[in-house]
Amino acid sequence: MAAVPAALKPVRSVGAWVLDAVRRAGAMALFGLRGVAAWASPPWFFDQFGRQLLSVGYFSLPVVGLTAVFTGAALALNIYTGGGRFNAEQIMPQIVALGITRELGPVLAALMLAGRVSAAMAAEIGAMRATEQIDAMQTLSTDPFRYLIAPRLLAAVLTLPVLTAVADIIGIAGGWVVATRTLNFNATVYVRNTWDFLEQWDVVSGLIKAGVFGFIVALSGCYHGYNSSGGAQGVGRATTHAVVTAAVLIFATDYLMTSVFSR
Amino acid sequence: MAAATPRLEWRAVHKTFGGPPVLAGFTLSVDPGRSLVIVGASGSGKSVAVKIAAGLIEPDAGEILFDGRPVQGLNDRERRRLARRFGMLFQGSALFDSLTVWENVAFRLINADHIPRKAAKERALAALERVRMARQFAGLYPAELSGGMKKRVGLARAVIGDPDIIFFDEPTSGLDPITSRAINTLIGEQVKGLGCTAVTITHDLASARMVGDEVAMLEGGVVVWRGPASALDRSGNPFVDQFVRGDVEGPIKSMV
Repeated sequence: MAAVPAALKPVRSVGAWVLDAVRRAGAMALFGLRGVAAWASPPWFFDQFGRQLLSVGYFSLPVVGLTAVFTGAALALNIYTGGGRFNAEQIMPQIVALGITRELGPVLAALMLAGRVSAAMAAEIGAMRATEQIDAMQTLSTDPFRYLIAPRLLAAVLTLPVLTAVADIIGIAGGWVVATRTLNFNATVYVRNTWDFLEQWDVVSGLIKAGVFGFIVALSGCYHGYNSSGGAQGVGRATTHAVVTAAVLIFATDYLMTSVFSR
Repeated sequence: MAAATPRLEWRAVHKTFGGPPVLAGFTLSVDPGRSLVIVGASGSGKSVAVKIAAGLIEPDAGEILFDGRPVQGLNDRERRRLARRFGMLFQGSALFDSLTVWENVAFRLINADHIPRKAAKERALAALERVRMARQFAGLYPAELSGGMKKRVGLARAVIGDPDIIFFDEPTSGLDPITSRAINTLIGEQVKGLGCTAVTITHDLASARMVGDEVAMLEGGVVVWRGPASALDRSGNPFVDQFVRGDVEGPIKSMV
């Protein structure tokens, strides 16, 4: 390779980093497509799908619920304080509902799942890779993409919108509790203001976001676990990368989807 | 008389993982019903050769032939169908942590052959009995088993589909001499009982003598000697002699 002048070395480093990032993004996208394609034809492993529904959905309810209730409560306090600066405290219920359904419900539920589910998937699949269990599966005529990856992707895509719907209700309830117990809002008026102001699209757009985030959460965990190497240390690295990648992609796609939905 | 088609053949296989070649024109074959043992120093490429044959790693160049037909370029369905003719016992047993002993053994029957769980369980229990595992262990998880028991379960899982060829990757590594002997005996019984072809990789010469009809010595990514297992101690090959004696000095570089 021709020598690179010293002044251009930083450019070369940036170029190499960009190329590597593009290569990884492409590999991850192909991995996701292969996981989706695995649902197109049998065999389907419904028992694995059911197990993942429980693991991703049911067992994530407590952490998503707790996050939502505190976020709703804190949001109510902040909006009340901010609204008070221009005598607009009364719009607090509407803003809490809008903020929760369009943005905070899906994003926070997804981030909680990135921490809980992406990490668990990366660790479990990474450990299977390190101990040759994935190789063993192939020698037993079973495609790991059908048995391990596809059920996780579909379970996350289907359960995160449900978790988000639950987070929306609990988050709005958190705001309601703070508003009625500490800020002297009328309980019935608060609910009516929330209900009257909310549009169907506010909720639906949040649930669409949640479905996309669910795919990202499972894809990141599966991809990094499946491609891990280097034993226990590699599994640890895969877990970290899974959570970080999922979180960054959630924020990036959230902005993209919000900009599309806001037109 | 025309020579019989080998059950499995590696033809000029090359494989590199970013450094020096692990396999550099590796060529070897095993005839139907024979037991071939591949020996070699750590890092000599034994595991890679077997994983390439089992379809777990793609070679950079060269061919793998099963019953005279190349296995490269198969689609997923063909590959899964071919895998039904293989069985493999992994070095660390590679049992599925989340499944019980009998579910591990019956994995192929349930998930690839779609046999009902009840029938698959009966066959798994019979396979476990053949490797001298009592029924009481069938409901345990792999984490509750000793190393020798895990190998027995792995062996039962490898043979339950009546494969045409079984790969044994370091079947006695990490086991005490008594358990190693018991596992080798079981391997011999299962291979003879099924009448299948066996390829074992090991650096345990006692195992090689016990389970092998033939032995091939792998060094530097190529086969440097091949002969009957009974000729290991009088091969006249400097690589084999050094390996048998365990000498530090000699032509095998990776041991220095």
